[in-house]
Amino acid sequence: MTGQNYIKKIFSEGKRLDNRKMDEFRKVSVETGILSNAEGSAKIKFGDTELLVGIKMDVLTPFPDTPNEGVLMVESEFVPFASPEFELGPPCEQAVELARVVDRGIRECKAVDVEKLCIEAGEKVWAVHIDINIINHDGNLIDAASIGAIAALLNTKIPKYDAEKGKVIRELGEQLPLKDAPIELTVFKIGDTLFMDPTIEEEDEMEARITMAITQDGNISAIQKGGTGYFTSTEIETAADMIIAKSKDLRSFLK
Amino acid sequence: MAKEGAPEKLIIDGKRLDGRDFETFRKFDLSVHVLKRSNGSGTFAFGNTRAIAGVQGPRELHPKFLQDPRNAVLRCRYMMAPFSTSDRIRPGHSRRGTEISKVTTDAFMSVLCPEDFPKTGIDVFIQILEADASTRCAGINAASLALADAAVPMKDLIASCSVGKVEGHIVTDLNGPEDMYGDVDFAVSMIGDTDKVVHLQMDGVITRDELSRMLIMAHKGCSEVYKNMKAALKAKYSSNVEGE
Repeated sequence: MTGQNYIKKIFSEGKRLDNRKMDEFRKVSVETGILSNAEGSAKIKFGDTELLVGIKMDVLTPFPDTPNEGVLMVESEFVPFASPEFELGPPCEQAVELARVVDRGIRECKAVDVEKLCIEAGEKVWAVHIDINIINHDGNLIDAASIGAIAALLNTKIPKYDAEKGKVIRELGEQLPLKDAPIELTVFKIGDTLFMDPTIEEEDEMEARITMAITQDGNISAIQKGGTGYFTSTEIETAADMIIAKSKDLRSFLK
Repeated sequence: MAKEGAPEKLIIDGKRLDGRDFETFRKFDLSVHVLKRSNGSGTFAFGNTRAIAGVQGPRELHPKFLQDPRNAVLRCRYMMAPFSTSDRIRPGHSRRGTEISKVTTDAFMSVLCPEDFPKTGIDVFIQILEADASTRCAGINAASLALADAAVPMKDLIASCSVGKVEGHIVTDLNGPEDMYGDVDFAVSMIGDTDKVVHLQMDGVITRDELSRMLIMAHKGCSEVYKNMKAALKAKYSSNVEGE
């Protein structure tokens, strides 16, 4: 039996390769404040999946349609040592999607209080750059990256800004103002089985996935469906319930 | 929350700014086989949002290392024409376009039979000519018509529409101001008029209960789009069996 068929078969029997329950995560670890030159940082591990999130801040001219608001940017880098499938060069589709899904999870519930990041309306605002660096890809990057992003934001101190010289002084000041801390999680589907936190072997066989960000109030902010299979409406609702329930557990890793 | 330039209200006396009820679509406008040099083509409009799509292929895929010896490789490309919005859009790559192209490709992979055309590429080019919200949905519908027109074997058409939340109301087919100043944009694509969701993207915050209500409304909306697409294809090909 090929590996592919084996995974489908054991899922149809309600089992997983490592005997976890369908909604059970691997060992999660979140460390923050680990990068001395970043304004905020986090290292996330879900089993062997590992990534770093670093926050850097600088001063930019605001966008014309939001002159009083700071700027939020999420980018991700898939370094080829993290997986033989990654290549150097401009971000691949997968990296762009990851960054944009993490971005929406944070942006749509207004987690970062961008109005407090205005230095001079229409002229100068703080930009918050969230950079996600994949170290080892063993599945479930979106969830790990989004928890990493929130953990790093919670760990971020705004540097000082010398308005006269127009220079950022790398001296850590106040805590970055946050209004929410969304937990963004994904439910995957193989056959009729819905499950969470796949290893790379499981993720390679998934037919579809759906990601939702859950706010502190338990509402849903931002959804993204991926993969070439489908979900019925009922499955989407089941996935939402699984994600809402699990978001409560994972929130304990944010401090 | 009120942003600069926002209308005072988006819904007045139970009607939307363009006079629609909550569940009414803007006017559809569809056509099939509009491009001579594409294998298949189609256009789809929700009111002022207009998309055109053309299919090249199945054809030999180059460069060769991209070929899949067992399957066709589908590549959908979503692009906004530079003149499609009030501020000109710089042509070329955008992260938004890359993401929409990816989710569009994934959506169509669910109905394609790629094993029928090994080693080939099927390229679907989607261009938004005028943008007034729900552009990715119009693009997916145009691509669906184009793939059918190209006679690429599909299990069914994909139908797409947006629903949203505007001033607390769940509505079908967001227009421009609702997209910009409303609370939630929820873009959904389904296989035919089944309840199989192959594409779903949401921006904004909803409750768990609103999720259920939006899924029901999206299913109704996609069914209506599907009916119209099927009618357009039938009109094109049953009255014109001999060809042009």
